[in-house]
Amino acid sequence: MTDINDLKNIASQVRRDIVRMVHGCQSGHPGGSLGCTDLLVALYFNQMRIKPEQFSMDGTGEDVFFLSNGHISPLFYSVLARRGFFSVAELATFRKLHSRLQGHPATMEGLPGIRIASGSLGQGLSVAIGAAWAKKLNKDNHLVYVLMGDGEQQEGQIWEAALHAGARGLDNLIGIIDYNGQQIDGPVDQVMSLGDLKAKYEAFGWSVIVFDGNNMEETIETLEIARQYTGKGAPIMLLMKTEMGMGVDFMMGTHKWHGSAPNDEQKDAALAQLDETLGDY
Amino acid sequence: MELKVINYQDTRSGFGAGLLEVGKKNEKVVALCADLIGSLKMDAFVKEFPERFFQMGISEAHMIGMAAGLTIGGYIPYTGTFANFSTGRVYDQIRQAVAYSEKNVKICASHAGLTLGEDGATHQILEDIGLMKMMPGMTVIVPCDYNQTKAATIAIADHEGPVYLRFGRPKVPNFTTEDRPFIIGKADVLCEGTDVSIFAAGHMVWKAYEAVNQLREEGISAELINIHTIKPLDVEAVMLSASKTKCVVTAEEHQMNGGLGDSIAQVLSRNLPLPVEMVAVKDVFGQSGTPEELMAVYGLDTSDIVAAAKRAVARK
Repeated sequence: MTDINDLKNIASQVRRDIVRMVHGCQSGHPGGSLGCTDLLVALYFNQMRIKPEQFSMDGTGEDVFFLSNGHISPLFYSVLARRGFFSVAELATFRKLHSRLQGHPATMEGLPGIRIASGSLGQGLSVAIGAAWAKKLNKDNHLVYVLMGDGEQQEGQIWEAALHAGARGLDNLIGIIDYNGQQIDGPVDQVMSLGDLKAKYEAFGWSVIVFDGNNMEETIETLEIARQYTGKGAPIMLLMKTEMGMGVDFMMGTHKWHGSAPNDEQKDAALAQLDETLGDY
Repeated sequence: MELKVINYQDTRSGFGAGLLEVGKKNEKVVALCADLIGSLKMDAFVKEFPERFFQMGISEAHMIGMAAGLTIGGYIPYTGTFANFSTGRVYDQIRQAVAYSEKNVKICASHAGLTLGEDGATHQILEDIGLMKMMPGMTVIVPCDYNQTKAATIAIADHEGPVYLRFGRPKVPNFTTEDRPFIIGKADVLCEGTDVSIFAAGHMVWKAYEAVNQLREEGISAELINIHTIKPLDVEAVMLSASKTKCVVTAEEHQMNGGLGDSIAQVLSRNLPLPVEMVAVKDVFGQSGTPEELMAVYGLDTSDIVAAAKRAVARK
């Protein structure tokens, strides 16, 4: 398990990767990627029991993670590469022709670490539920994690899935919602308010924890608590408060950087705020 | 070959029987159903393997996603609901989480086509073959009777990759003998002939057989080929027969747009341009009625196949 200071250093490098990847192809989604960086670093470098060098689609005997909001693929790719699923040099191919690093995650190119395509929103929770049931059937006591967006909660399929996991008490599943309050057309509250999201999931039979996903200590602590909640007859949902664009001051506090790439000047300004801790790809 | 009616059974019961059998053979087979256990004849599997069955309630989109997830862990999920809710309702879920993600999910769809009958057009999907065959990597199977549906249900477990298995509601002639091999992608020549090739799928195969007999009485020798696998299409079988007879009829309980006829015509237009007549629904929705009434009204009867064959022969 990597300690807190190392995790913070990895997160800084991952944020650099995100900025450079999105700049390199002049497309992609930096805002949510930067916001969820601390969580994915905490999961892949501290919490999840995984075998990066022997990736298997089945994921039997290890914890598995699904990214439902597939547009934050730069983050996913950077964390997988930094964790050893594939070479960090490959990050330079992001969104380019014949790359395994498709705009949104895909399995077809055989990139280790990806178990489902995502991008069309609302589907990851169902997939995670299926994988969690497979673990139950296999008597595999490892966990299934799934990250979703908050805007994504507007999709109907999410609530079909939420109903199912709650009604069946599926307790080897930890859902996480990136609760940054922003979506493409503006603040979630204005586009289509989610109301009391905590109360909604609780009403669907989930155990819900709210935490600050841009505080590494609190993120680790919350993931530990969530793990202790597993096996107790209810699925777990973590409402993760984050700031879109976290780590780059001019990308924070706005939905403008949801899906825009920085120009050369903006890229340099962003990188000046992020320490190169592990070496750029 | 002379075909005999063994009995009258619904193809969905063939699915139910096949599911039970494949469940016994392969412990990785699991089943999911969106509140239609009785309609899909999944009762026996549910009773025999309760721990491998998932009652999903009326949540088809979630069912497809969950099925994709179950493959991650090595399971072979069979999803069961009506054809309409198995395809059109969940197209994006199948596209992203199953087909594009190369998941080993078997989408089993009952009550397809007009023969659903009285429920009317909301439930009578006639576009599903087209929807599913357009999806890269998807295998599309439309068996003709009870025995073949049972055989197909068992066979698809050993086929790695997504499959769409389409069957129906009413009791129809069951004529495929139990020992007749079912090979995915291998068309089945039922009658040999020299004047016209009839390629049929699903419930239309028996009607086409009746048409072959009528045509014979009128001096036309028709070849009948059961295209139970629409995709991948047995191009070799199509070419072999068409190059012999020099004209073709296709017959299916589906829209003309996007169905079996389209697939055959595509092969022939590229390799061997010949007259093709299509017996299919002509770009309209169905309506309430008995299966027999509807098949007659929408031009999917034995007499329609006979007429199409004569037109095809005349165009040679």
